[in-house]
Amino acid sequence: MKPLLEIKEISKSYKLLHEQQSYLSLRDILSKPSQFFKKNSTEVFNALDSVSFEVMQGESIGIIGKNGAGKSTLLKILSKITPPTSGTITSRGRIASLLEVGTGFHPELSGRENIFLNGSILGMKRKEILAKFDEIVDFSSVEKFLDTPLKHYSSGMQLRLAFAVAAFLEPEILIIDEVLAVGDAEFQRKCINKMDSITHHEGRTILIVSHNMSVLKKLCSRAIMLQKGKVLMNADANTVIDTYLKQSIEDNPRIKKGNSKITVNDIEIFDQSHNRITSFHTFDSVNFVLNCTASQDFDKVSIALCFNNMDEVRISSLWSKLTNQLFDIKAGPFKVHFNIPCIQLIPGEYNLVTYIDSNGYELEQVENFKLITVSFKPGNGYITEPGKSQALYLENFNMKIID
Amino acid sequence: MEYHIKPQKKLAFNFKEVWDYRELFFFFTWRDIKIKYKQTALGVVWVVLQPLIFMSIFVAFFGNFVKTHTSSSLPYPLFVLGGLLLWNVFSNGLSNASNSMITNANIIKKIYFPRLILPVTGIIVPFFDFFISLLLFASACIYFDFIPSWHLFYALPIALSIVLITTLGLGLLISSLSVKFRDFKYIVPFLIQILLFLTPVIYPSKLIPFGWLNKLLELNPIGAAIEILRAGLTADSIQLIHHSPAILLSIALLFIGGSYFKSTEHYFADLA
Repeated sequence: MKPLLEIKEISKSYKLLHEQQSYLSLRDILSKPSQFFKKNSTEVFNALDSVSFEVMQGESIGIIGKNGAGKSTLLKILSKITPPTSGTITSRGRIASLLEVGTGFHPELSGRENIFLNGSILGMKRKEILAKFDEIVDFSSVEKFLDTPLKHYSSGMQLRLAFAVAAFLEPEILIIDEVLAVGDAEFQRKCINKMDSITHHEGRTILIVSHNMSVLKKLCSRAIMLQKGKVLMNADANTVIDTYLKQSIEDNPRIKKGNSKITVNDIEIFDQSHNRITSFHTFDSVNFVLNCTASQDFDKVSIALCFNNMDEVRISSLWSKLTNQLFDIKAGPFKVHFNIPCIQLIPGEYNLVTYIDSNGYELEQVENFKLITVSFKPGNGYITEPGKSQALYLENFNMKIID
Repeated sequence: MEYHIKPQKKLAFNFKEVWDYRELFFFFTWRDIKIKYKQTALGVVWVVLQPLIFMSIFVAFFGNFVKTHTSSSLPYPLFVLGGLLLWNVFSNGLSNASNSMITNANIIKKIYFPRLILPVTGIIVPFFDFFISLLLFASACIYFDFIPSWHLFYALPIALSIVLITTLGLGLLISSLSVKFRDFKYIVPFLIQILLFLTPVIYPSKLIPFGWLNKLLELNPIGAAIEILRAGLTADSIQLIHHSPAILLSIALLFIGGSYFKSTEHYFADLA
């Protein structure tokens, strides 16, 4: 089967104009007429540099990368808004793009009229809109205000209406740019479920740009990482997203808060036999040692070591206060040992966070302290499913079957 | 279905694609007509009120003066009104079309459709107004007890076609230029004002004293359209040969405007 989309060596360059002077006055022109015709210096900026990949029927692909990596330019070229400078894209299906929700919405028109206008701008036929009109209204839940001008809608209602129209687009290829984060939590969930059913049940081909990695993991089978206009990685979504997150965490310096009167200098990890390790397996016995320095004496000090997953969600906290352990610390260096007899982290990457307070007064909190990798012990019979969703296994439970 | 997205070079319009997007064209036109009179108390009455007031002013100030200088059987109010209605199609159409890329910049940047739809929509809207104003013209004919000749049946379509072709040509040219040079936002209203004086809307072209100026103004396609309409009203002979330079100019404008628009339209989204 031929791929639905073939993207071959697409490049897009923009000329950047450097204006030499902020403005040219009439006096400048009169004194030096040549100034008027003087060319401003230009510089060529490559937003995309020879990008190639293929998309098969039914794939859902996430496109990730930092700001300025070329994600939006790629989507603009795919949706024909701007032509590439070189390269070709061969498409074997109808492309509809959703680079913004509510494109062309007009405040003076009613909700009903805007559904037709926006649907038509997005490429739906009048018949299609008519056929899905009730579903669209139902999805947006604004039926009461259908004949009110849009300008009287709240911004949330406008977004809901806009997304509802877009949700019922049915092209072979759908291109979406960072539009998932609309509305309140409930509506967001509704949107993500809708997207999920489009990708997984209806088998439609989707390309999504988003910064919400957990949503991308849920929706996408494959991901493409762009960096400075080039494809850096093109593989299954979990691998690419975890690499991207790891990279962005490594790029991010530790974020320190507090006055650092007690500071954690380093975290070392040891296994059962006191060998220093950098990674470990799920259900291993692990020791974390925090090398700290106190600048003065403190009493009632509590110390915490926490684990964040790659989506910056706190998975677990080991906090001495919760076990009623408060310490008196003398000025100078000291070590804190955390012994975990059976660590229950699901395989994946985690980020360490440290926290120290005294008498409930925060001394130091460090985010992104260190990145650790957890994997399954080889050959123990578990199916390795790396990075699907980092969380904790709970072992202390009872299970009974009652007839 | 298989198609390619490549660097753009070709100059020909893809009319099949425009046809595929006919519904969007319809919705844009419908939007512009709908919005024009939203939240106005008088609504569509404005369409007839504006030319009516203009006509009254011109009749009050120039009525006697012009009457003594024309031998036409056409009553002066109808003479002015006929000119004004065609003029409005041109002036409103040109200003709508010229601004169409700027006013719709947010849509251009976010979605693809044949850009040609936007300036054409801008011209269609005053064209609709024209047909509504024909009711005003018919009432005025009854009021002044004037029966138009049957020649109007072909004079009106010819006159309207000349106006539409001219407006489209200039509109396409200016709308694509204005994406790059915002100066046209100021040039267009000024240009329209000047052209009103240079077009025989309120005076007959015979009134222009200088022969050479008259020769030059005969190139004005809108002037030609207005005179053809007036000739059709009074059963004077319609001098298409006489007006042919103006008609050729309007076709040339469409050609120039169309090709400039086509050669620049791909980059509107980058510049708008």
